[in-house]
Amino acid sequence: MSGRLELWLFVLQRMSAMVLAPLVLVHLGTMIYAVQGGLSAAEMLSRTQSQVIWPVMYGIFIVAVAIHGAIGLRAIIREMTPLLDTTASAIAVLFCLLVLILGFNAVEAIA
Amino acid sequence: MPDIRGYGALSGCAQEKNEDRALTAVETDKTLKVDIWRGGEDGYYQSFTVPHENSQTVLDVVTYVQRKLDPTLSYRFSCRVGMCGSCAMTVNGRPRWTCRTHVDLVAEDGCIEIAPMRNFPRIKDLAVDMTVFFDKWRDANARFVPTEAELDGFAEVDPDSRERKEASAAIECIGCGICYAACDLVSWNPDYLGPAALNRAWTLVNDVRDGDPNGHLKAVAGDAGCHACHSQQGCTSHCPKSLSPTASIAGLKRKSFAALLKGAL
Repeated sequence: MSGRLELWLFVLQRMSAMVLAPLVLVHLGTMIYAVQGGLSAAEMLSRTQSQVIWPVMYGIFIVAVAIHGAIGLRAIIREMTPLLDTTASAIAVLFCLLVLILGFNAVEAIA
Repeated sequence: MPDIRGYGALSGCAQEKNEDRALTAVETDKTLKVDIWRGGEDGYYQSFTVPHENSQTVLDVVTYVQRKLDPTLSYRFSCRVGMCGSCAMTVNGRPRWTCRTHVDLVAEDGCIEIAPMRNFPRIKDLAVDMTVFFDKWRDANARFVPTEAELDGFAEVDPDSRERKEASAAIECIGCGICYAACDLVSWNPDYLGPAALNRAWTLVNDVRDGDPNGHLKAVAGDAGCHACHSQQGCTSHCPKSLSPTASIAGLKRKSFAALLKGAL
């Protein structure tokens, strides 16, 4: 595996973490605020469909999670299992695609 | 026996009891139970009883065993004053420089367990093979690349410059291997260059006289280089010279990122 690839993965993981940090705070804050008056699908949908910012925010969230999680998963597999590096990378790519598909499926549902 | 006169008058009975306690304490402090690893990868702990002395170091204990009890015990030491980095061992589960580790600091209920350093191939008893450790200094390109002939005179390095301060903070490594033994990442990924080699590379990246700073960064930005570090700081918490290889590795991450953006890598 080339040094440049490792370096780019490192940079991508740090940058995706920088994107994730404020979004997680907004997500948690919204959850705490939203559950005050009870939790229902209708209430959630009315909020997420009221402004385009919500699906956009969660779309960015999904992309950042897919990148960040996949790179982290790859590192864990490489360090903690006897699997080959190429296998670890393949699993990470599949994980990334799975998160993107499931995530954007969910974003589409709340948009 | 401790001098109790400064603590006021005691009754004869109380004084006698006090003396009894003191004597008991001295008796139990007279000896140490020392378990020492014997053999190579497949070995066992052998127990020895060693006299407990004042200001005794763990290296003193090992030397006593080798000279008085079992001359076949193998271990490595040289300077005995914390300069050469030869005598590192695992003492009660932690990597330490034994020549500067006092028994009273580490003994638990009068017992000490001494083993070879973790993450190194074991040769015999307490001696480990350091080859892989120093090979990684080479792999990290952790050697000075000269630019000018000596005849051109001394290079002027501003002692207050940021580079000089960064290099100074990391330069006192004695190559003992304790950071390497303390690093969990080395145990997970045997190819990982390790804290000492990366720390040395960091001093060279900050050496304004060095002719190839990007060459050093290229060597450590590889698959098992600085970006593999999890910043767990096992190296920093165990370094006997109080260096912070973790900080050096973080510096290499920053510098290699900047070099990548500039297209230098």
